[in-house]
Amino acid sequence: MCTYITEKVAISGSAKGTSGWMSVSDCSVYLDHPQHAPFGHTLNIDFLAPELGPSGRVAVELSQESARALVKAVQAVLDAAPPGLE
Amino acid sequence: MTDALIAETITITADNGDEVQAYSARALDEAPRGGVVVIHHLPGYDDETKEIARTFAYHGYNAVVPNLYWRQAPGAAPDDAAAAVRAQGGIPDEQLVTDVAGAAAYLKGLPNSNGKVGTIGYCSGGRHSFLAAVSLDLDAAVDCYGAFVTGEIREDFPLKVTTLVDRTPNLSCPLLGLFGAEDKYPSPEHVAELEEALKAAGKTYEFHSYPDAGHAFFSVNRPAYRVEAANDGWARIFDFYGRYI
Repeated sequence: MCTYITEKVAISGSAKGTSGWMSVSDCSVYLDHPQHAPFGHTLNIDFLAPELGPSGRVAVELSQESARALVKAVQAVLDAAPPGLE
Repeated sequence: MTDALIAETITITADNGDEVQAYSARALDEAPRGGVVVIHHLPGYDDETKEIARTFAYHGYNAVVPNLYWRQAPGAAPDDAAAAVRAQGGIPDEQLVTDVAGAAAYLKGLPNSNGKVGTIGYCSGGRHSFLAAVSLDLDAAVDCYGAFVTGEIREDFPLKVTTLVDRTPNLSCPLLGLFGAEDKYPSPEHVAELEEALKAAGKTYEFHSYPDAGHAFFSVNRPAYRVEAANDGWARIFDFYGRYI
């Protein structure tokens, strides 16, 4: 099914797309049919630069298992970082 | 008599006057024939949907795929357009209906049209095919595993649509439904609910549910592809259209 399950979050940073680096300000996280990954449903993350229109997007499509592993890895790295870094 | 066909990107005029991009695949033979509006799935106006249109043309029909995301993302790559539309909660039902009406008018205006038009849609397009058939005067409609025609939609569901089962009495044409028995949306219960509504309204319909198949079993580029269900489904589609358009 098309789940449309989506979480949106404001972010601050950069992402590299087909035309180079761009500043991204929005992120969509959703579980739905992938465009490319060989699974029925994937955890998809779009890093977005809305001012560039629909093509202002860096996309990943992850298996649900690998998405959970990624969450843990991101959390672990952030937790391990020395305090005070900016 | 020729089996030559042409496939190309064109612009059609929606019923509300908007210009919309579309992909046309049509037979060059001059003998009259029916037309098929191919309604793409949530992942967008993609290569595989265009291939479906060419398959219809190869089998002697005129086919057209309106780019349902053209208004929201003109000129964008199909996957980027799909992401943008998805983030907005899909396209409004009214937009779908006016685009299909424009696509049907385009097909009926072709020199080799027999004046008959059917629709077919997959996944979200299955619901859209049913939506078109309860909204427009069509000759045949095919619903391939369209979710949310029946059942319930939670209030917090991001897709801003309603079920359509209450509009079953307005169905303007015979309906072919192709479903996977292992699908959850639509589940066998959802399909049964639609079948009951069609019976109650006295409508002409044919439903086939395939064991060992789930959602998107026609999708040749996805793991959900099920060759036996897809092959039989294609045969059912051509049999159905052969009788009605």
